[in-house]
Amino acid sequence: MKWMKNLKTYIPGDFVVVRDDNKCIRCKACVEQCSFEANFYDDEEDRVWSWDGHCVGCQRCVYICPTDAIRVEPREEIYRHHENWKIYHIKGIEKRANFGGAPIVSMGTDKEYPIYWDHILLNASQVTNPAIDPLREPMELKTFIGRKPSVLEIKKSKYSKTKIPPQLELEIPIMFSAMSYGAVSKNVIEALGRASEAMATCFNSGEGGLYKEHYKFGNRLIVQVASGRFGVHKDYLNIASAIEIKIGQGAKPGIGGHLPGEKVSKEISETRMMPRGADAISPAPHHDIYSIEDLRQLIYALKEATRYRKPVIVKIAAVHNVAAIASGIARAGADAICIDGFKGGTGASPQVIRDCVGIPLELALASVDTRLREEGIRNEVSLIASGGTRCSTDVIKAIALGADAVYIGTAALVAIGCHLCQQCQRGNCAWGIATQDPFLSKRVNPDIAAEKLINLLKVWSLEIKEMMGAMGINSIESLRGNRLALRGVGLTDTDLNILGILPAGA
Amino acid sequence: MMKIIKVNEDVCVLCHLCEIACIVEHSESKDILKVFKREKPRPIARCAVEEDKPLSFSLMCRHCDDAPCVKACSNGSMHRDERGYVVVDEETCIGCWMCIMVCPYGVIRRDERRQKWNLSTKCNMCPDRDIPACVEVCPNEALVLGDVVECT
Repeated sequence: MKWMKNLKTYIPGDFVVVRDDNKCIRCKACVEQCSFEANFYDDEEDRVWSWDGHCVGCQRCVYICPTDAIRVEPREEIYRHHENWKIYHIKGIEKRANFGGAPIVSMGTDKEYPIYWDHILLNASQVTNPAIDPLREPMELKTFIGRKPSVLEIKKSKYSKTKIPPQLELEIPIMFSAMSYGAVSKNVIEALGRASEAMATCFNSGEGGLYKEHYKFGNRLIVQVASGRFGVHKDYLNIASAIEIKIGQGAKPGIGGHLPGEKVSKEISETRMMPRGADAISPAPHHDIYSIEDLRQLIYALKEATRYRKPVIVKIAAVHNVAAIASGIARAGADAICIDGFKGGTGASPQVIRDCVGIPLELALASVDTRLREEGIRNEVSLIASGGTRCSTDVIKAIALGADAVYIGTAALVAIGCHLCQQCQRGNCAWGIATQDPFLSKRVNPDIAAEKLINLLKVWSLEIKEMMGAMGINSIESLRGNRLALRGVGLTDTDLNILGILPAGA
Repeated sequence: MMKIIKVNEDVCVLCHLCEIACIVEHSESKDILKVFKREKPRPIARCAVEEDKPLSFSLMCRHCDDAPCVKACSNGSMHRDERGYVVVDEETCIGCWMCIMVCPYGVIRRDERRQKWNLSTKCNMCPDRDIPACVEVCPNEALVLGDVVECT
């Protein structure tokens, strides 16, 4: 055995690597592929062993093993059952006591909170209105993100007299959410860019600036301006088709971004315009935004810098007073608001923040849409929903609740190999996604990844069209905010009231 | 047109599965478990993964137009087959190693399975398959079958 346990720091791992020795051919593929050093080969014994404590359950070895000899199983509960003191709490205390630091985690929260999407059902046409077959009849998913005029004046020549504010034109209402170069590898961004070009949608640069090789995706790009202002300059703003001001992120409301120094390679330090190897820590607030008026200044500064040609999106985390905040943002001049629910992912966030700060997207989205309608300013902003969208039904439900488009982040990463092992913060992602190690990042082949993303978006759009067809709707515009298409099951009156939907059967 | 295996070192993940697939394809049983558990001596891989992290790539015979190994072969065992690939006739190879000496890529290896003398062994582009085994197994398309492009 290469490793020895040390009682002072030992905490049992969460997984057990089970290797069928009869099937193991000692090819050592699992040894080379495990970036967490959970598998090792013993020359003397001619045997591959596993150090279970290191296994994070990413499944890379399971997928690569040519003889299917490996299984990764959850480690059985080893402590006596206690309803109050779950194993998670005990290990949490051990971690903090042993290492003296606040655990940093990644992805969206893995705790059990109600998932409202799963309690919402869709409608379908029967007898009195015809359903539509999307394979035979045209269906439209085209979406415009941006401020819509309240009145449209038409001249005699049939051309609109009203000047339409800048719009972001999308063929499908699904965009890739902000994942910075730094959090994810260069190849992942390349794949996101290619998929966005192919599907005529947009991807988001995240707060890490734009690497020089990715400027070619400018017309399918939303650039982010976050509190750290990493990599923000004139060309960066002008290359994009929209600009997003990140105020908050669903996974870590009230916390700035944190890119560990290990991930800050030469290219990233150039892109972010910061020293190599230093932690990239975005401040929690924007230090020039302490009010809606300050936000308005930044919005107009960015609009001025880009000659009012690009819509400005403001991204906020779903928090308690989200409806009032969104109303303020709309009045501050934003063209769109992105609401990031607390199930949204991150590359690194303190565990306590990820797991219990913020509110679910479904409720936040419904309350914002309701509030903006009540105030008569819903047309002045588009709403983008993000945070924990897992499937096409989540997308269509979000649109029916009032979203104009949906951001997907984790779903896109899962399409290209992520297995949600929640170790992004460690920078040695075995699937080559959340890493800057040049050896590991080769594991994402941009050609394959782009194809998978395109497949995902194509299938989701087809599924959305099928569901719309079943409802007898042939344009996504007719579904937007149409909460009569939704019914709730197993929800309380309060939930239904906030969601603005009727219970099933009503 | 003759197709060759193209190597893309930018996406090689160093899993060595090309070598495993090659061994299995050129074995008696063609069954991965039987090859590794029972066949002794087991065939050697005709491709080899070169590594100097982060760089890694699998290299096998390039089937050169002007193949030095064919010229150097003393009895014509190293020859071009009807598909256009450079292959070695295992029946007539006398194991003089001249091909190994002249190969500019170092991709011809000694197969020590034969008792009397050791054969020259190299990639034969899997004559029984449409797509070579290594290309089919490569999990990240670091090996792809592609047309030969004239270099100018």
